[in-house]
Amino acid sequence: MAELAVQLAGLELRNPFVLASGIWGESGVSLAGAWKAGAGAVVTKSIGSSPRPGYPNPTIESYDRWGMLNAMGLPNPGIEEYPKEIAAAIESGATVVGSVFGGSPEEFATLAERMAATGVAAVELNLSCPHAEGYGTEVGGTPEAVGEIVRAVCRSVRIPVIAKITPNSVDPAALAVAAERAGARAVSAINTVRGLAIDVHLRRPVLAHGLGGLSGPAIKPVGLAVVWQIAAQVSIPVIGIGGVTTAQDALEYLMAGATAVQVGTAVAFEGVSIFGRLARDLSTLLDQLRLPSVAASVGAARAGAGAPRASATGR
Amino acid sequence: MRTVVPVDETAEETPSTVTLRFRYAPEAVPGQFVMLWMPGDDELPMSLSYTEGASKGVTVKAMGDTSRKVLSLRRGALIGVRGPYGHGFDLTPRRVLVVAGGSGAAVLAPAAELASRRGSRLTVALGATTDSELLFAGRFRAMDAEVVIATDDGSAGEHGFVTAPAARLLEERPFDAVWTCGPEVMMAKVAQSARARGVPAFCSVERHMKCALGMCDACALGPYHVCLEGPVFEAERLFAETEFGRFHRDASGRRQPG
Repeated sequence: MAELAVQLAGLELRNPFVLASGIWGESGVSLAGAWKAGAGAVVTKSIGSSPRPGYPNPTIESYDRWGMLNAMGLPNPGIEEYPKEIAAAIESGATVVGSVFGGSPEEFATLAERMAATGVAAVELNLSCPHAEGYGTEVGGTPEAVGEIVRAVCRSVRIPVIAKITPNSVDPAALAVAAERAGARAVSAINTVRGLAIDVHLRRPVLAHGLGGLSGPAIKPVGLAVVWQIAAQVSIPVIGIGGVTTAQDALEYLMAGATAVQVGTAVAFEGVSIFGRLARDLSTLLDQLRLPSVAASVGAARAGAGAPRASATGR
Repeated sequence: MRTVVPVDETAEETPSTVTLRFRYAPEAVPGQFVMLWMPGDDELPMSLSYTEGASKGVTVKAMGDTSRKVLSLRRGALIGVRGPYGHGFDLTPRRVLVVAGGSGAAVLAPAAELASRRGSRLTVALGATTDSELLFAGRFRAMDAEVVIATDDGSAGEHGFVTAPAARLLEERPFDAVWTCGPEVMMAKVAQSARARGVPAFCSVERHMKCALGMCDACALGPYHVCLEGPVFEAERLFAETEFGRFHRDASGRRQPG
């Protein structure tokens, strides 16, 4: 049986499948549910300084099994209220990563500090929401801005800081490099890819906000490419995100250089029971490929233009 | 995933309640809901008040801005529909007490109709604020059910909340199930009366809803999501495992009493 546990930024994950931010993270009981279903860790909804209702509906458009376009608009109860929710997740024994979003380095630092006080194992900085004015990509779109925010947060908390990077940039890897230099212990990539849906009968965008972010299997190749580029340029671990629906998807990310993956849209396809299935399937797949552990698969596609490394052949 | 269809027909059911009928073929079980989009405005979860055949319907009460606008929709107006979602009523119990408060009758009428046609014996306790707001009294009477009316102001039937005749009926005769929809405190009370008699109660629960796909967590209720495991729940599960009757979450996810 291949070893599924991974070490990431000082955290011990029982498996590499992490619940992505924005999914099931508004209620602490839901986060606990994802943990009980087998997730290796869970990331909260992105939490801001004050309660935010998000955009009006329609906030989502789904495309069968290949993708999902959303513009939720960062709804969240605010950092004042959220500890109430997070308590249930932490009590369940879950490894919880607290996601925060701010409009400035100072706001990020304050939020991260308050998030850390709830007992989370790490904070993830949302530098990448593609559809919220004044937040996400708008504040995390350049290496300079990412560096400033990460630096400010690293000064304010002791727990590991993870920077979640946007793919909607000419050079996402440069953002990751800036995060690493500023003290981030890991980077998550990618967030959703900016997208739009039009209804021809109504002659208007479907989502109330107009622009949204595409997730799901459609963006897996985009995520893989970004992870591939980032892993070549940083030495901190990368958490791969984008369209992970099967164990093979996950292994593709691992072989591209990710240490763990996050799962989001696939939860809509089969519920949180997907976490148990992914872990079992990955174990089987690693055995079949004679890889002794998740760790042994990390970056396996990188060495010598993809030639299997000694560790990957099982010996 | 949305179907854009014209409104075929509108009907004013009460001064504050309107039914919209539209063609939407996917099969639905009474108790299930659709996400109904008014282009240019919000998209809201609405339990189907007409579930059979291709002509579906929703019955909407003016509450917020958007539901008020739904009331102003005319024949031919285009709406977006997706679903149906969630779990509806189990229609197999033979002797059913239906307890409807206000617009709660919208989801109970199609369930009662279908169950009645399949041979169940229905007793209906129908409540509203006042006589003119009684919803679907005619539909319930047409299905050969005993209908007991209660109004808050006493303008029709018994004076007071519908929870009183519901409790009395539960004491008077045996039932295999209670189906209820209405304000949450009302449902909680009805469910407690049912529990006292050992009768399982099923409640149609409302929560803020966004994706309706089990993803965004807006409709989280204890360990459940109303869009997936609901909106119809057995009351015992709600009492034992959730915040039912105590708080709900607003659009931001903040807990609000009631």
